[in-house]
Amino acid sequence: MSAHAPTTPRFKQNAREALANKNIQAAMGNAQAGFVAKRAAARAALPEFDDIRDAARDLKNHVLANLDAYLERYEAKVTAAGGHVHWAETAEDAQRIVLDICREAGAKTVNKGKSMISEECGINDFLEEHGVRAQETDLGEYIIQLRHEMPSHIIAPAVHVTVPEVEAEFRKAHTHLDPGRNLAELPSLLAEARGVLREKYFGAEVGITGANMLIAETGQSVIVTNEGNGDLSQSLPRVHIVMASIEKIVPTLEDASTVLRVLARSATGQEITVYTTFSSGPRRPEDPDGPEEYHVVLLDNGRTGMLGTEFQEMLRCIRCGACMNHCPVYQSVGGHAYGWVYPGPMGAVLTPSLIGVEKGGQLPNASTFCGRCESVCPMRIPLPKMMRHWREREFEKNLTPSAARWGLAAWRFLGTRAWAYRLVTAASARALALAAMGKGRLARLPMGGGWTAHRDFPAPQGRTFQSQWRGER
Amino acid sequence: MPPSTPRVALLVTCLVDTMRPSVGFAAVRLLEQAGCTVHVPVQTCCGQPNYNSGDRDGARALARRMIEAMAGFDFVVAPSGSCAATVIKDYPQMFAGDPEWEAPARDLAGRTHEIVSFLTDVMEIDAVGARVPARATYHDSCSGLRSLGIKDQPRKLLASVEGLTLAEMAEPEICCGFGGTFCVKYPDISNKMVSNKTADIAATGAELLLAGDLGCLMNMAGKLSREGKPVKARHVVEVLAGDTDTPAIGEGGK
Repeated sequence: MSAHAPTTPRFKQNAREALANKNIQAAMGNAQAGFVAKRAAARAALPEFDDIRDAARDLKNHVLANLDAYLERYEAKVTAAGGHVHWAETAEDAQRIVLDICREAGAKTVNKGKSMISEECGINDFLEEHGVRAQETDLGEYIIQLRHEMPSHIIAPAVHVTVPEVEAEFRKAHTHLDPGRNLAELPSLLAEARGVLREKYFGAEVGITGANMLIAETGQSVIVTNEGNGDLSQSLPRVHIVMASIEKIVPTLEDASTVLRVLARSATGQEITVYTTFSSGPRRPEDPDGPEEYHVVLLDNGRTGMLGTEFQEMLRCIRCGACMNHCPVYQSVGGHAYGWVYPGPMGAVLTPSLIGVEKGGQLPNASTFCGRCESVCPMRIPLPKMMRHWREREFEKNLTPSAARWGLAAWRFLGTRAWAYRLVTAASARALALAAMGKGRLARLPMGGGWTAHRDFPAPQGRTFQSQWRGER
Repeated sequence: MPPSTPRVALLVTCLVDTMRPSVGFAAVRLLEQAGCTVHVPVQTCCGQPNYNSGDRDGARALARRMIEAMAGFDFVVAPSGSCAATVIKDYPQMFAGDPEWEAPARDLAGRTHEIVSFLTDVMEIDAVGARVPARATYHDSCSGLRSLGIKDQPRKLLASVEGLTLAEMAEPEICCGFGGTFCVKYPDISNKMVSNKTADIAATGAELLLAGDLGCLMNMAGKLSREGKPVKARHVVEVLAGDTDTPAIGEGGK
């Protein structure tokens, strides 16, 4: 599935289908409680957690205010260590850069650690189209690659898939294994995936990973994983490509540790992930192993356009997924309904920035502004506020549906004229109360089908408060 | 410390004004019991529907009327965490940099409170004289909870209601799916969310659902009645004021 054909404009339809999909509903129901409880426990176990969030927010704000300087410092360090930094203004630039490196290396197969930036650039499909096989090595990514799907979650890409579905997919793909084998239990699925993927590690000429951070003072890239697949993907092949977006920079190792202290806790409730890997460039003469070539593809793809706007704070995001783990909308419909790479609240803000509000505008509207995302965000990103900013952009560009515009104009008219408000509210309250015929509720409402399709409409009591207070008849 | 008999303006909210005036009268009773003089200036809507729909100009137009209407009172009190949060948190941002309106917006924001937290935190009330024998559960509406930090205040006052026991939901802090225009723009998702909520309510065995915002209550009450679940829904101030004669939300009679 190409990352370049967003179904985001069909969000409502996608959501309806997801709500009717029993497998998605079962998988989402199982996942949510675990994420929420584990984060809460991790937070409770670290009294200074919220102070570290403040520090992490401040350090990322500092980076964003000095992004150019830190990027240049980082590039100089990478170059000094014998690596190469490639600047990609667009996803297409990044595709071309990666393909060129693969061709130079004579690569037929590329092993991949998990990378959302590679998803954003649609690297897998692009490489396949040009004769290079991209092999995902993260278990979740491997599962969705078999299913020809995009990730539905930024850290748990196959969270929408049930265990029996994984079993069916493995039986279909791993035909060289005994058809009579027992795959009913989770450990047997894990063991099978590990066995199959192990063989693939040695066949790839190029390894691609993402980066959770890029450290300016050392020129290192950092990945956090739980499976160890990222390490194998980047240290076994002859060429290592890091794909990262420009806002992943932190100034120092010390700063990186500040971010690490909130990252895993917010994401999975772990104090730290099983592996935290720092890559410093190509293998040096005295190193026993490591890649001969080290490339970093730095992607902009619209991010510099967010600097200096009301969306700048979104660039603090460290991709932990806490916002979607706590979002009742995401939990209801799953990640694929969002129709592009980034789902949930962070996706609702980021997607319109990257693919345009014309295509992505549904997402920031599909929120009750309940604020739970902001309350758990380790970087304290005001996600609801920024979703509202997108609604403002839509309104200014006349993209808001005309019925809604008329409604808002009418409400403004009434709300700025007390006499008109009084007349209309009094008449509506009386009419709806009469229509309820003493039952206190309405099963149907003219122009209110969205409400009454699923619930009754409690009828008004009859006379408005203000008319009663003032003793009017 | 508040003045001995503070002059309080009731920001009744357009929903209570139109749909459920009895909540307004219960609010007045509680404020008077607490020693306030209550006024009800002529008013319309705080502007939140426009603000959250991206209509900044419309929102500011409504907000200016509200700021004018509420001028001169010691406090402005609303039976809604959502509307109160709009005035307290959003008005200052709406008028940031506006030479004429920023100061009055900030002034109003500083005087405005949600009613239950006003009673406990400003008027320092820790008990009400009501008697309501019922097993109740309390839903934390999102704006009140996360924008204004209202969590313990209603529980503290409900604990003083004679005969009332509180049975907490497994997840009282999760959104009910109302979200203003969200529930009609995205009815399928809203339905899923409110269904989760009514299941959680039913699991408590409570016969009475309470919350501090009428929008959420109408959503949950409408779903409970559609599902035939025998749970009555009331605004928390009705119970605190001892008003159980008024038919519950969505209930007929009288």
